[in-house]
Amino acid sequence: MLPDANPIYGESPRCDLHADLHEIVARHCGEKTNLLQLLIEVQACAGYIPDDAASYIAAMLAIPRSRIESVASFYSFLHLKPAGEYRVLFSDNITDRMLGNQDLMEQMCRQLWVQPGKVSEDGLLSINTTSCTGMCDQGPAMLVNGHAITRLGSQRIQEIGQLIRNRTPVAEWPADYFKVENNIRRGGLILDNKLAYGQVLQATRAVAPATIIDTIKGSNLRGRGGAGFPTGMKWEACRNAEGEARYVVCNADEGEPGTFKDRVLLTTQADLVFEGMTLCARAVGAKKGFLYLRGEYRYLLGHLHAVLQRRRDSELLGESILGEQGFDFDIEIHLGAGAYICGEESALIESLEGKRGVPRNRPPFPVTHGYLQQPTAVDNVETFCQAVLALHMGAAAYRAIGTEKSSGSKLISVSGDCASPGIYEYPFGVSVRQILSDCGAVNTRAVQISGPSGICIGEHEFERKLGFEDLPTAGAFMVFDDSRDMFEVARNFVHFFAHESCGFCTPCRVGTSMLKQTMDKVAAGHGTQHDLTEIENLDHVLQTTSHCGLGRTACNPVLHTLKHFRPAYETRLKSLDFEPAFDLDGALARARQMTGRDDAGAHLKENE
Amino acid sequence: MTDTFQLDGVAVPFEPGQTVMQAALAADHYIPHLCYHPEFKPHGSCKLCTVKVNGRTMASCTMPAEAGLEVESEIEELNALRRTLVQMLFAEGNHFCPSCEKSGNCMLQALGYDLEVHAAGFRHQYPDRPLDASHPDILLDFNRCILCELCVRASSEVDGKNVFALAGRGNNKHLIVNAESGQLKDTDIALSDKAMQVCPVGVILPKRVGFSQPIGERRYDASPISAQALEDAPRPPSGVEHD
Ligand SMILES: Cc1cc2nc3c(=O)[nH]c(=O)nc-3n(C[C@H](O)[C@H](O)[C@H](O)COP(=O)(O)O)c2cc1C
Ligand code: SF4
Ligand code: SF4
Ligand code: FES
Ligand code: FES
Repeated sequence: MLPDANPIYGESPRCDLHADLHEIVARHCGEKTNLLQLLIEVQACAGYIPDDAASYIAAMLAIPRSRIESVASFYSFLHLKPAGEYRVLFSDNITDRMLGNQDLMEQMCRQLWVQPGKVSEDGLLSINTTSCTGMCDQGPAMLVNGHAITRLGSQRIQEIGQLIRNRTPVAEWPADYFKVENNIRRGGLILDNKLAYGQVLQATRAVAPATIIDTIKGSNLRGRGGAGFPTGMKWEACRNAEGEARYVVCNADEGEPGTFKDRVLLTTQADLVFEGMTLCARAVGAKKGFLYLRGEYRYLLGHLHAVLQRRRDSELLGESILGEQGFDFDIEIHLGAGAYICGEESALIESLEGKRGVPRNRPPFPVTHGYLQQPTAVDNVETFCQAVLALHMGAAAYRAIGTEKSSGSKLISVSGDCASPGIYEYPFGVSVRQILSDCGAVNTRAVQISGPSGICIGEHEFERKLGFEDLPTAGAFMVFDDSRDMFEVARNFVHFFAHESCGFCTPCRVGTSMLKQTMDKVAAGHGTQHDLTEIENLDHVLQTTSHCGLGRTACNPVLHTLKHFRPAYETRLKSLDFEPAFDLDGALARARQMTGRDDAGAHLKENE
Repeated sequence: MTDTFQLDGVAVPFEPGQTVMQAALAADHYIPHLCYHPEFKPHGSCKLCTVKVNGRTMASCTMPAEAGLEVESEIEELNALRRTLVQMLFAEGNHFCPSCEKSGNCMLQALGYDLEVHAAGFRHQYPDRPLDASHPDILLDFNRCILCELCVRASSEVDGKNVFALAGRGNNKHLIVNAESGQLKDTDIALSDKAMQVCPVGVILPKRVGFSQPIGERRYDASPISAQALEDAPRPPSGVEHD
């Protein structure tokens, strides 16, 4: 488990890796499954993973050295080469862009004389972009040495530049920078619950595990992480699967751009989350649980560990929970390190085992062969919260909320062009128009439901309703008004998928990066009808042959915007049917400059 | 009595635990594949073996065989997808087949011919992938790597050495060797290793034997890959006959 102390890291004077490394490795007891956690700590301590540290860890864990390189290079936040004493990452979701992050990044690069993606010559800093950090309602946002900073503006960037130049340790930066608001705009079943911690565990003490599962099944609760799998069926399958041990995993990777409701739940309802995990453990017969927390939310560690400890002290975790013989369960927190794919449940399990987060071949599924090949129930943060409420209210009362096929409530993360971005909780069945009106959105052109992998809907579809019957959603709700260019929205999402593809399978590894190149070509004004055909071809291959959900949905942003906003693409096309990727005339520009010529004879004619 | 599934309308018998690919090959039915190797656990990464199972596209090398499945493979829709995947692999690396030592013995090239890939299809990416010629007996030409992980698996599972590993993510994924210097000469690889024999393309090459077998007399010069893959197919354990 990671220590709460020493949350500030990366400033070289404070860290003596040679002294700390032994301690870090010893604390992980040479467990190979802790390799990723160990590397995250080394990164935090030294700012990167030095060559000799990698060799030392390999020797201590008795693993090939190449495995360290292999694992570390998979995660964006781990570096095998020095990446600067200060590592600045601008969140680059479309919502950050709409709030002006690109200008701010340019300003900072100019101020500190550094190029994006490069380490400054004195080794002081690097500036780069990163995928959505989950602060869309209070962006533009950034991470500095892993610390989330919100509400950036020109003034704040100026100040941060000064602090870096003066080598002020991040721990001494103004606390206001790191303030993360909850922005709860509308409560409901979950956010307004009045449960005391431990209350539902107490109340279900005498209830048999099979009855717990029956209640969850009867409540029609379906997973809130995106796929909407019936939770009761999952728990039952896990309970019935053969294995030596069973595990409960809470998926707090929340990587889908535009989603931040799990952050707010972990901040305001941590007890409910852990209570749900403990009830699940009782139902399936697990002794150990994991919360897989995305690296971007590392700042929540102290708070979460405190809640866990309080629950241990109150007999709600640990051995003989609430005095019940044999009801032993505890929760460990594992951190991610900048890889969206680790939200996919089998990739998450690989990552929990300390490996590269590559999705497994399925079947077998995690419920029978999950963590260490044992039966594992993986559920989203919100699903565990909903499960507690369902058990508290009883199946029928819970089912009465929402719609026929979508029972209960849903937390929606609203961001983009609206007056009040933040968290809204609604019973399922709420219309898009209702949410738009509640959040104060005007002149709305489109809404991206459930993030880049979800769907983009236009104005004529705003009567559609959130729920598994119509518009399933993991919770993201990004609003675009009529000043926005939907082609640029799609291009941002395409870049996201190319950056986050794990690279395992051919279609996604190659296809997402080709899609990105083609979208960039169209953006630069060199696109042709031929490129649109190529985009459609790539989309088809991605959709039909990819290994996991990432590749299979990576084409959605383009497919949906092409369907609704085709003119946004077509106005960018050259009339030519084919445009070579190589610009011959452009290549002559240097020669023209050197010879001082710019007459017609010094140009290649178009259409030749 | 063994169970069967339907492959392009023909009944294929299978043993419990076999995947669709394994059962098909054992029964003399070819399904295109690249990262699958009969001696190793199926990997499922190249997706060349994509088939339609009850209407859904799946990788046949990892899909467990089940009684009554309706599997389609030899249909134009799937071959079109396979052609695109081959084009993607060609575009992703640097493949100059005419000067490649593996030409004629290369599975990627052979699949290209067999699937009738006539055009590049995509803009080539021309990645910068320097060679590793550090080892006295072995050359690594990363330009041709298709990231199938066969060498990784062979070195770890058969040779017990872990000479190779994959690093990076997405488009940046690449093959590395197990040495702090990053060079093959500092690993314990040997010419006799299984890892030397499994590369389907021309990455891992013994030095000083280049072109000793003339082009024109190489494996896939004689007959297309679809006619040869069956020779390598795993057969039922000796004594067990299927009909
Ligand atoms: C690429 C990808 C990313 C995902 N990211 C998340 C995530 O961040 N959080 C999450 O709960 N589920 C995510 N999922 C869904 C999980 O695989 C899994 O379905 C979910 O955690 C199951 O929990 P639930 O049944 O409670 O929804 C992702 C799936 C894919 C394919
Ligand atoms: S679809 Fe993409 S992310 Fe998923 S396994 Fe393939 S390469 Fe990895
Ligand atoms: S070197 Fe050859 S065997 Fe190894 S991953 Fe690359 S293509 Fe596959
Ligand atoms: S042969 Fe099946 S995925 Fe490669
Ligand atoms: S012919 Fe291109 S790698 Fe062999």
